[in-house]
Amino acid sequence: MNLEKTEVWVTGIGLVSSLGEGLDSHWTQLTSGDVPVPSVDSTSHTPYLVHPIVDFEIGTQIPKRSDQRQMGPWQHLGTYAAGLALDDAGIAHNPELLAATNMIVAAGGGERDLDVDTAIMEKINGLENPGPVLNEALNTELRPTLFLAQLSNLMAGNISIVHGVTDSSRTFMGEESAGVSAIETAVGQIQHGQGEIFLVGGAYIAERADMIMLMEFGRTLWQGEHGSVWSRRDTAGGMIMGSAGAFLILESRSHAEARGAKPYARINRVVSDRCNRQPGAARKVGDGLFKQIRDQIPPGPLPVLTGCCGIQPHLVDELDFLNNLTERGIDPVIRGVTTVLGNTMEAQFPVNVILASLAISRGAFFDPFDASGVEQAFSGDPERILISTWAHWRGESLALIEKPDVPLRGGKSK
Amino acid sequence: MSHSAKDHRGRPLVVVTGIGIVTSLGEGKEDNWRNLTAGVSGVRKISRFPTEGLRTQIAGTIDWQGEGRYCAPMHSIQLASKSAIEAIEQSGIGSRRFFPGPLFVANSPAETKWVQRMVIYNGQHGAGSNGYDRLLKNVAMDDFSRYYSLFQFGSIAEHLADKFGTQGQPISLTTACASGATSVQLGVEAIRRGDTDAALCIGTDGEICEEMVVRFNLLSALSTQNDDPQGASKPFSKTRDGFVMAEGSATLVLESYDGAKARGAKILGVVRGTGERADTFHRTRSTPDGSAIIDTINRSLVDAGMSPPEIDCINAHGTSTPENDKMEFLALSAVLGESLGSTPISSNKSMIGHTLSAAGTIEAAISLLTIEAGVIPPTINCIEQDPNILMDVVPNEKRVQAVNSVMSNSFGFGGQNVCLIFSAEPA
Repeated sequence: MNLEKTEVWVTGIGLVSSLGEGLDSHWTQLTSGDVPVPSVDSTSHTPYLVHPIVDFEIGTQIPKRSDQRQMGPWQHLGTYAAGLALDDAGIAHNPELLAATNMIVAAGGGERDLDVDTAIMEKINGLENPGPVLNEALNTELRPTLFLAQLSNLMAGNISIVHGVTDSSRTFMGEESAGVSAIETAVGQIQHGQGEIFLVGGAYIAERADMIMLMEFGRTLWQGEHGSVWSRRDTAGGMIMGSAGAFLILESRSHAEARGAKPYARINRVVSDRCNRQPGAARKVGDGLFKQIRDQIPPGPLPVLTGCCGIQPHLVDELDFLNNLTERGIDPVIRGVTTVLGNTMEAQFPVNVILASLAISRGAFFDPFDASGVEQAFSGDPERILISTWAHWRGESLALIEKPDVPLRGGKSK
Repeated sequence: MSHSAKDHRGRPLVVVTGIGIVTSLGEGKEDNWRNLTAGVSGVRKISRFPTEGLRTQIAGTIDWQGEGRYCAPMHSIQLASKSAIEAIEQSGIGSRRFFPGPLFVANSPAETKWVQRMVIYNGQHGAGSNGYDRLLKNVAMDDFSRYYSLFQFGSIAEHLADKFGTQGQPISLTTACASGATSVQLGVEAIRRGDTDAALCIGTDGEICEEMVVRFNLLSALSTQNDDPQGASKPFSKTRDGFVMAEGSATLVLESYDGAKARGAKILGVVRGTGERADTFHRTRSTPDGSAIIDTINRSLVDAGMSPPEIDCINAHGTSTPENDKMEFLALSAVLGESLGSTPISSNKSMIGHTLSAAGTIEAAISLLTIEAGVIPPTINCIEQDPNILMDVVPNEKRVQAVNSVMSNSFGFGGQNVCLIFSAEPA
């Protein structure tokens, strides 16, 4: 990166999770001095646990009932959180700015109607020739709105319709990595003048049997008591999924300054790669990624937010990778965000960028999320925060979020 | 245009050095081009699953023999692999398992289909329960790890990244019917940023199943002219009644002009410009005044530094739905103005059907083949052109004509619209 490259500021945030809505609510709960108490539903999807989304007032961001009816809970959540971010950045209801706002949404899929699925499964179960009965059932049971609520790109579509964001619109799919690629691409586009202002983020609803099934195809879910992600270190591991809607406004510094927008933080860079997850492969990728950003990190304590998913061996690999930063003179002060919010999938990386930006803007770091000793206290005003995400299946990423007024380090090119 | 490796805005010039295509018309450029220029339709009666009771019973499916039970993501991966191999071989870039750039894949969102759902439902461990409880009990006891790696939303791109050795995290994307064009756009942007010298852009869609047909029927989007499959897709015709779903894939190898020249690659065309504008009007319809798609097309011209008379022909979105074709005509008349009458506008979907997520890439590939051959494929089934669509749709017969620049339109449900402009290599 050269120093001439455009700086990328975070100028707006919309966050709803299992802990609450808005930055103050998250900040209060995550800096109380005690280990935070996550919201866990351990009965609705036994034997699996989920962090359910809090109630939010859809009508405040999606006022038209006709719009509300066209979406399921996943699109409601994303459209709602996107609206919060646009409000926060001061660009909501500003047609000129909205028409110049680009959008990248990290998406999974929308809701199936599980009752309809259930009725159809019973109807065709055991039939010699289920085809015609299935056709008939689909014809009578499915509704047009349901299909639109299922389409991955319709979260972006609804954001355009409800909030009026109308420059470019892209939807990336692919679990945690989609969230990374969305922000990485937006940052790259801003840095190279391919757009001045972006709405970026995603949403995930964990309390859905079809999503639980998708994850359990790979035996990836934790069963049993809730505990911090680090409490699963000596076990076979497993994920606890969490719901969240997380959107950010990313903006070039000059664009933000021209309209008087204040930054929460600056995104120094996002780096990502992948491997086939053969033993040791992710670790090697992590080392390679760190090399790309190490010139930006001075020695000493470094706050780290990790989206460590909880699956083995990635849990131990990622934690080892972070702890081994000491060999490079860096003293990582780790917070396992999945302990308090679960794995929020496509929203996970946006959530972590939001939490990092929040901490940077408040001039303090979060209290430990876990009392096992993995997470040390950090007292001081963090200049930069590292984000680490080893996705549950594929993809490894790092990002560096920093104070907007700290001089960029070095001039070494990427 | 000069010999400069930069475009009119000083950005790296982006060129195409490899093209691959698979559609209901055949595998590979040669078969496709022969059938496209002969005006052949690839639409047929659906044989993959029983169609009894479905309003639409025709599609441009691609059915290969002997590959076992249909599995949507596997099928999309296979289609994509065929087009990618053809494109990479033509470009001569990289090596068999190493592509020196990122991967952008347009594909339909992964979904567990009814075939798989019932395989799980019929497992041995769910007795006594029903619905998703029963599915989850079976999933907990039996081995479904193959589904895990196939039905993630990023699965198709991950498998392709493994296969072709692309660099970095692949991007799986969807902008509905504009997806294929978005994959090209992302590749162009990455090269213009200087992030990479090459990009692999793939559109693939092999997702036709009962539920997809029913869903689009519910939106009244599909043709129901089941008695005449090959005549059902009739873009710009008076009696058009919807699109015909189809499957296929295309791949473009994009490179910076400098990178392609440095390795002595043959340049098949230049990506001159891309344009985009999201619509706010409705989930399945364009703003009635056409402003979003007009803007999309205008922005592609601005990005390319071109004016309407420089566009020699247009590869239309042309879905054969009453709404799309009317709106596309409205937008093209607004943008092209006086040039409209002298600009041939043809729809490949009249022959291939609508390959949804792959359409933008397939039509980009055909746009480039059009430039190379100096032949414009026809819009077939144009027996009675819609009297309200007064443009030259290249009806029924191919047109031999020198073509230097082609515009390709893609408009998606959800209001995501993309326009691409390709030109011949600068002389």
